[in-house]
Amino acid sequence: MNTLIPRDEQDAASIVADAAARRMPLNLCGNGTKAAMGRPNQIEASLTSAALTGITLYEPAEMVISARSGTPLAEVVETLAEKGQQLPFEPMDYRLLLGSRGEPTIGAVAAMNLSGPRRIMEGAARDSLIGVRFVNGRGEVIKSGGRVMKNVTGLDLVKLMAGSWGTLGFLTEVTFKVLPKPERMSTLLIRGLDDESAVAALSAALGSPFDVTAAAHLPAPDRQGARTLIRLEGFSVSVDYRLGELRRLLKRFGGADILEGRGAEAVWQALRDASIFQDRGERAVWRISTAPTKGPTLVARVAETIEAQWFYDWGGGLVWLATPAEGDLGAAAIRAATSALGGHATLVRAPDADRSRLDVFEPQAEAVMALSRGIKASLDPAGILNPGRMYAGI
Amino acid sequence: MSIAFPTPDEAVLSRRNEILAGLGRLVAPEALIVTEDERRAFETDGLTAYRHMPLAVVLPSSTQEVSAILRFCRENGVKVVPRGAGTSLSGGAIPQADAIVLGVAKMNRVLDVDFENRVAHVQAGITNLAISQAVAHEGFFYAPDPSSQLACTIAGNIAMNSGGAHCLKYGVTTNNLLGVTMVLLDGTVVELGGAHLDSAGYDLLGLVCGSEGQLGIVTEASVRILRAAEGARPALLGFERVEDAGACVAAIIAAGIIPVALEYMDRPAIQICDAFAHAGYPLDVDAMLIVEVEGSDQEIDDMLRRIVAIAEPFRPKTVKVSQSEAESAAIWKGRKSAFGATGRVADYICMDGTIPTGQLPKVLRRIDEIAKSYGLGVANVFHAGDGNLHPLVMFDSSKPGEMEKAEAAGEDILKLCVEVGGCLTGEHGVGIEKRDLMPYQFNAVDLEQQMRVRGVFDPGWLLNPAKVFPLEGRFAA
Ligand SMILES: Cc1cc2nc3c(=O)[nH]c(=O)nc-3n(C[C@H](O)[C@H](O)[C@@H](O)COP(=O)(O)OP(=O)(O)OC[C@H]3O[C@@H](n4cnc5c(N)ncnc54)[C@H](O)[C@@H]3O)c2cc1C
Ligand SMILES: Cc1cc2nc3c(=O)[nH]c(=O)nc-3n(C[C@H](O)[C@H](O)[C@H](O)COP(=O)(O)OP(=O)(O)OC[C@H]3O[C@@H](n4cnc5c(N)ncnc54)[C@H](O)[C@@H]3O)c2cc1C
Repeated sequence: MNTLIPRDEQDAASIVADAAARRMPLNLCGNGTKAAMGRPNQIEASLTSAALTGITLYEPAEMVISARSGTPLAEVVETLAEKGQQLPFEPMDYRLLLGSRGEPTIGAVAAMNLSGPRRIMEGAARDSLIGVRFVNGRGEVIKSGGRVMKNVTGLDLVKLMAGSWGTLGFLTEVTFKVLPKPERMSTLLIRGLDDESAVAALSAALGSPFDVTAAAHLPAPDRQGARTLIRLEGFSVSVDYRLGELRRLLKRFGGADILEGRGAEAVWQALRDASIFQDRGERAVWRISTAPTKGPTLVARVAETIEAQWFYDWGGGLVWLATPAEGDLGAAAIRAATSALGGHATLVRAPDADRSRLDVFEPQAEAVMALSRGIKASLDPAGILNPGRMYAGI
Repeated sequence: MSIAFPTPDEAVLSRRNEILAGLGRLVAPEALIVTEDERRAFETDGLTAYRHMPLAVVLPSSTQEVSAILRFCRENGVKVVPRGAGTSLSGGAIPQADAIVLGVAKMNRVLDVDFENRVAHVQAGITNLAISQAVAHEGFFYAPDPSSQLACTIAGNIAMNSGGAHCLKYGVTTNNLLGVTMVLLDGTVVELGGAHLDSAGYDLLGLVCGSEGQLGIVTEASVRILRAAEGARPALLGFERVEDAGACVAAIIAAGIIPVALEYMDRPAIQICDAFAHAGYPLDVDAMLIVEVEGSDQEIDDMLRRIVAIAEPFRPKTVKVSQSEAESAAIWKGRKSAFGATGRVADYICMDGTIPTGQLPKVLRRIDEIAKSYGLGVANVFHAGDGNLHPLVMFDSSKPGEMEKAEAAGEDILKLCVEVGGCLTGEHGVGIEKRDLMPYQFNAVDLEQQMRVRGVFDPGWLLNPAKVFPLEGRFAA
């Protein structure tokens, strides 16, 4: 594949303008990684942010960081850690799940609207993304948002760019709001719950005043092996107090252990990255978002039809599901369940051929698709940016 | 009156009777307001210096009625100005002579509350406070809390992406909104988002939030509700120098503390508010911070102790940690009465820009100079954690030309916000008020891209058409 590596934003703009004039589709990427998610597209040329690197602004006291889109995520995370800060949305790292290598970029974090277990508390990337600069499909440089947290000036194109998978513009610079890293992290662990009671316990914890920053349930074939996890973060005194209160609140679900240190960190990282499904490389992986208490019902319905493994993040609002890589990979059963119960499913891991013939993202109502097509056309009239990556025609 | 309105469309004005008759076939008689007396209540909003009488006012009571009205308006080329409670401070809900006002205030019911999943499903005309009241019996609340929350609607909050004193910790409307039912101008009803986090496809919900009634009429909303903290208590810190207060804010954040509110008042604001509310504010300081933290008593004590220690190197002249409900109420009463108290000593316009907090001392100095150069006074009350300024530019409306001077000073202040890296509006919206300043923050290409996206929803530019984008430089719709 022909790889185009712009030196700077202007350079990127002329490349895109030129491609638009020639109606030449571009595969947008960060570190030149090949599509392993989304709808596969056969595009000859790749436009990469690989050379657009560097943190351009970091003001710890203002809780804001800006970086060029090709800056490695790791560099952003390390820079923040030096000042005791972090990206609040805990971006997921797909590498283990997809079996890919390389340096994830901060631009792709925005383009994919990544998030992890702290989603429930602090939102996804879109909630922290406060400013973007990008090149639209006409080759024009556009800025939206800025470097201040509160800003309602004009239409919020920042939100539109978050999660648009490179179909609306080539991000050149992104600005995120950041938060202090907590002094202490502690996790309550309850063993042996079935899905229903686990989600009830998680809902009780999340509906308490004790600022739970993550909640998950890992079922097991033998119920005893099942683990239900609730994370608390903050100043030590406060964490101690909240642990005590939560233990009391959740007594009816059984006794709880406390996990701290490296072990606990590893568990949350595994949940964040869905790396639990890592060594089941031959299986398809789905990410389903639904109302938390609907999670177990949804899973039960799917499991009636197909063999599946699963776990719950965000107190059951997010279900990760692995299915056999055969037939429709469970698509019909899963889509039937999401449309009956509310929610949406994304096919995260599957062979190219399957991702071409199945809907990768939840199909949308026609009126919403019409708006999406209109938005695509308003930003990329020639349809050259990652065409078809999200939906056919988009 | 410096803000221009487009010339009304004579053809529409002359068809008024026909239009009223058409609308009359779609809604009950009491939902259609046609007499001049009754329409007068809708001729302005919180930006009362500007007034325009609408063609008519319609107050539908269902999504279906909204759909029928919009389809009718599109077919007949009638402009539509959406309205919630009309508390917009930027003139977002001010009508124009050739437009109808479509108000959602009658659609004000709670449709469903799901405590387990922490979602409330409401009609869009419900007031912000009523949502919190509807869930309070279970200890829950809806987090974004604009000072106007007693009156303003969730529809207006969504259109303006409103914030409040507590958004440092809880975010603004867009961070607490899960889904909306919205009617497009051709009558199509769309559901964006839903009762779960995140949605498939483009973030249309995020785009609609803050779009100032230009993309569609929101008729229902699903919002996140949160369990209230066990308690909250403020501390009050007074500083001799503005720089010290600014540095103290930075130090609190650097120490890893995100208070639930972090409010700043300057000397004139302290004097005005204390005289009104007898809050016991220090009258001998240049800057004052109100820092509120949440949690159990023990957590609050620990946190306030930390904050007082952090403030020490900046030599605070006053340190007052609230010890009781009554003391907390007094501290907040002064802050919350800022608008009313200022209104008693002068006429004023309330500006709303955001700056990077590091620029605070410089910006406050410049604001003071700007006001003085016009011979006016200014008081500053604002959310210091996020740099959202609300300078109150004071003037005397009985003196000719003073209001124009205040507007000019306000304009200079907003330009200053942009100059130092901030923006024209943090929470009140662009409306008509800041419409003509948009080119200070965005270049022509940025604005055109926004307008093209707007055009996807409303190709004929019939929805709230005179707002947000400068009249000059609009591409032909
Ligand atoms: C398709 C895909 C392949 C992956 N392959 C790898 C891999 O081989 N190695 C690896 O380390 N991680 C990979 N990951 C996972 C990775 O850990 C994270 O998902 C993410 O941070 C990837 O960063 P990247 O720079 O590799 O992005 P990419 O995989 O290059 O891009 C991911 C998505 O973001 C869009 N995008 C990227 N940059 C921009 C931009 N500047 N403007 C607009 N849109 C943009 C792309 O169009 C694409 O839709 C992959 C993820 C995906 C979705
Ligand atoms: C004393 C006072 C204090 C205030 N304090 C704050 C504050 O702390 N924080 C803050 O953010 N704001 C504040 N405001 C501003 C104002 O209250 C907010 O902007 C509020 O969200 C407006 O709500 P509303 O229901 O009054 O909307 P309106 O004023 O009626 O309308 C506001 C905008 O929303 C649009 N709109 C209304 N209904 C719909 C609908 N159904 N669909 C689509 N668009 C619609 C209108 O066209 C208009 O553009 C304050 C105002 C006052 C008067």
